[in-house]
Amino acid sequence: MSLMAVGLSLIFGVMRVVNFAHGDMMVWGMYLAWLLASRLGIDPYLGFVACAAALFVLGLAIQRGLVDRIVDAPHEMQILLMLGVALILENTALLVFGPEPVRVRSPLAAATWYVGPLYVDVARLLTFAVAMALTVALYAFLFHTDLGRSIRAAADNPYGALVIGTDVRRVYAVAFGIGAACVGAAGALTAPIVPFSPSLGLSASVASFNIVIIGGLGSLLGAFIGGLLVSVAESLGAVFLSPSLKELVSFSLLILILLFRPAGLFGKRAP
Amino acid sequence: MKWIGAVAATAVALVLPAVLGPYPLAIAINVLFFAYLGQAWNIIGGYAGQLSAGHAVFVGVGGYATAVLAAETGLTPWVGMFVGAALAGALGGVIGYLGFRFGLRGFYFVLLTVAFAEVCRIVVSNWERVGGAVGLYITFTGDPRRLSFQDDRAWYYVALCLLLLATAVAWAVERRRFGIYLTAIREDEVACEALGVDTLRYKLLAMVLSSFLTGLAGAFYAYRYSSLQPNAVFGIPLSVEIIIRPIVGGAGTLLGPLVGSLILTPLGELSRALFGQGGWHGAHLVMYGVLLVAVVLFVPQGVVPWLRDLLRRKPA
Amino acid sequence: MLEIRGLAKRFGGLQAVKDLSFHVDDGEIVALIGPNGAGKTTVFALLSGFLEPDAGEITFRGRRVRGLKPYALNKLGMARTFQIMRPFARLSVVRNVMIGALGRHPEPREAEMRARAVLEEVGLAAKAAQPAASLTLAERKRLELARALATEPVLLLLDEVMSGLNDRETERIVELVRAINARGTAILLIEHVMRAVMSLAGRLVVLNYGERIAEGRPDMVARDRRVIEAYLGEDPVAPPA
Repeated sequence: MSLMAVGLSLIFGVMRVVNFAHGDMMVWGMYLAWLLASRLGIDPYLGFVACAAALFVLGLAIQRGLVDRIVDAPHEMQILLMLGVALILENTALLVFGPEPVRVRSPLAAATWYVGPLYVDVARLLTFAVAMALTVALYAFLFHTDLGRSIRAAADNPYGALVIGTDVRRVYAVAFGIGAACVGAAGALTAPIVPFSPSLGLSASVASFNIVIIGGLGSLLGAFIGGLLVSVAESLGAVFLSPSLKELVSFSLLILILLFRPAGLFGKRAP
Repeated sequence: MKWIGAVAATAVALVLPAVLGPYPLAIAINVLFFAYLGQAWNIIGGYAGQLSAGHAVFVGVGGYATAVLAAETGLTPWVGMFVGAALAGALGGVIGYLGFRFGLRGFYFVLLTVAFAEVCRIVVSNWERVGGAVGLYITFTGDPRRLSFQDDRAWYYVALCLLLLATAVAWAVERRRFGIYLTAIREDEVACEALGVDTLRYKLLAMVLSSFLTGLAGAFYAYRYSSLQPNAVFGIPLSVEIIIRPIVGGAGTLLGPLVGSLILTPLGELSRALFGQGGWHGAHLVMYGVLLVAVVLFVPQGVVPWLRDLLRRKPA
Repeated sequence: MLEIRGLAKRFGGLQAVKDLSFHVDDGEIVALIGPNGAGKTTVFALLSGFLEPDAGEITFRGRRVRGLKPYALNKLGMARTFQIMRPFARLSVVRNVMIGALGRHPEPREAEMRARAVLEEVGLAAKAAQPAASLTLAERKRLELARALATEPVLLLLDEVMSGLNDRETERIVELVRAINARGTAILLIEHVMRAVMSLAGRLVVLNYGERIAEGRPDMVARDRRVIEAYLGEDPVAPPA
């Protein structure tokens, strides 16, 4: 979840484009992982790399082909564009894979370990570990490589970045691609844990918006922490209220946050 | 010149049921109905430029209110629909006030509307008193006094009246100060404020008006399709259906929603017929997505302004 | 008609405006000058209701107006232009101005007539039907001015309305402002183009680091040592024409 939110934050922070299709991209990540697992027998915990790569390409394509053209258009247009992409992604998945939920089984994760009085689901632990590793890697990339620094520079000051010779368009494309890759990886990593179907796309998108807004747009740290917070809140909600109302918690949380603190906890940008 | 066109079109519309077979008639009813919904949305989404992506919530509120009142108190839906619309308008006022008072614009406002719609959907889905996730089934009575018609042609005229109503309202808004302010608010709210426009008030007004009209449609929906399911009537797919026609046709124009509906409704029907197996509505939503992307990239103002430009260049 | 006393505004660690007091009388032209970052635009934002002051009193036409929203202030007779122009891009030029006129003339037809009259005055009548986005920089400045004028203000706040213009265009705006003032509208302007300031303003208020460091007639202020020091490094203040 956090990984996904980080990806979204990246896209928004760099390009000020809101990616409504985020959740649906993740779902495709999930389905790709499923395909790899069921057709080729590749475990999702290994296959996530391929999913990330595939979605990187998709993200790049979307950015270059579509988003790039409307970078200067009024915001309404950008929103509508991504909404359109979301529709396409979600419903193509529906057409191709059908509406029934699907599960991916990872042989690596069938076990549960006992740690003292708690029992830990290995699958979740593995997902968490890999997600953390990826997040750290992303952090390293952004702060310690030239390309990463260019991305951050372009995010802070596109005009300035242009002046010092950064190929802003390329940076945007890469950023979008990385954001998409994050989400693809997130999808693949989450696939073994939950049953999924194409309709997950919307709730995934909303959940990630929730996280990003709570954590603060433009702040990756915020996205990460936001992810943790929201997951905890949702779990609490599932425990105290009925499980089907779990979504209610996240939506209500979203409304409250939107109203009272749209800049989030670590937000750098005012709405 | 424009008046002649309008009168002619209305005349044609009035006579149409006499020549259409049952299937085309049903499509025509949908064209009119969704054009109505689109026009209602147009007021806040097109003219005022506040993208509400959760407008289905008003259909849901209106529909459920009418149906529940009819079932519990025997109130005729003809009156009940106005109660439902009033409730929808009130909800619109709440959402609008919260959103606008707290300065939510663009993307944030979209999220707010989606969040509200989903909250309502989940709440209603879990509220056994009004049918829970299964929803309400409206028994067919065939009694016109209870908003039930044996003959589809009656539904056609109801839909036509609704569309004429919404279009008249939009036309009135467009030419008065209210509408002109809205188009400026859409462009730049700060500048409006500096010029003496109370943007909060006008946006709120537009929102309430739009949600009221959308609420009216709830009763139509409930009684025409004889069922109210929370997922269908509060859900995103319906919201998409509502907004896509005015956007493709031309948001903020009077004819946009109608033209959009004339293009999209038959196309939707066609794709449903061709790809019927595509797991409920999958295929035609893909088409909507493609169209949305295409419109944003190539015809951002919508079909109507694009046509207008084309026609304008000819005589020059 | 406009009286400011003890105005203050802080942003985080920065005191943008500190204990500022000055006034504008009926029919005057007062210029607010000072080096970049002195807080001039902040003052405008505070005056026109876009920012809430931390302290101080603002009295306009005899009423306390601190905390009023921008549209309310406009109704009372205060209008402003923006340094970074904000035209209603997709609307036509005449529609742009109508938005201002509709405040006092709710009937659209009447508002349109008023708008066209204003356009005539600023010299944009020929472009009335064009979309605002198609105007040149100088024309946009005039549109900005026209819109504010259409609200029939008694006090006009002009924020760097001459920046980026060539000599001829600047002259034109100067004449326009003079004509507006001749009709009785008081003007408070922020400007860096010193030539214009010197020829227009009856009185200068000089700001530096959010504080008033000098006030008075242009020729006196130009010789004030503190003012010259504040501007060191900037273009020297030109002597009156």
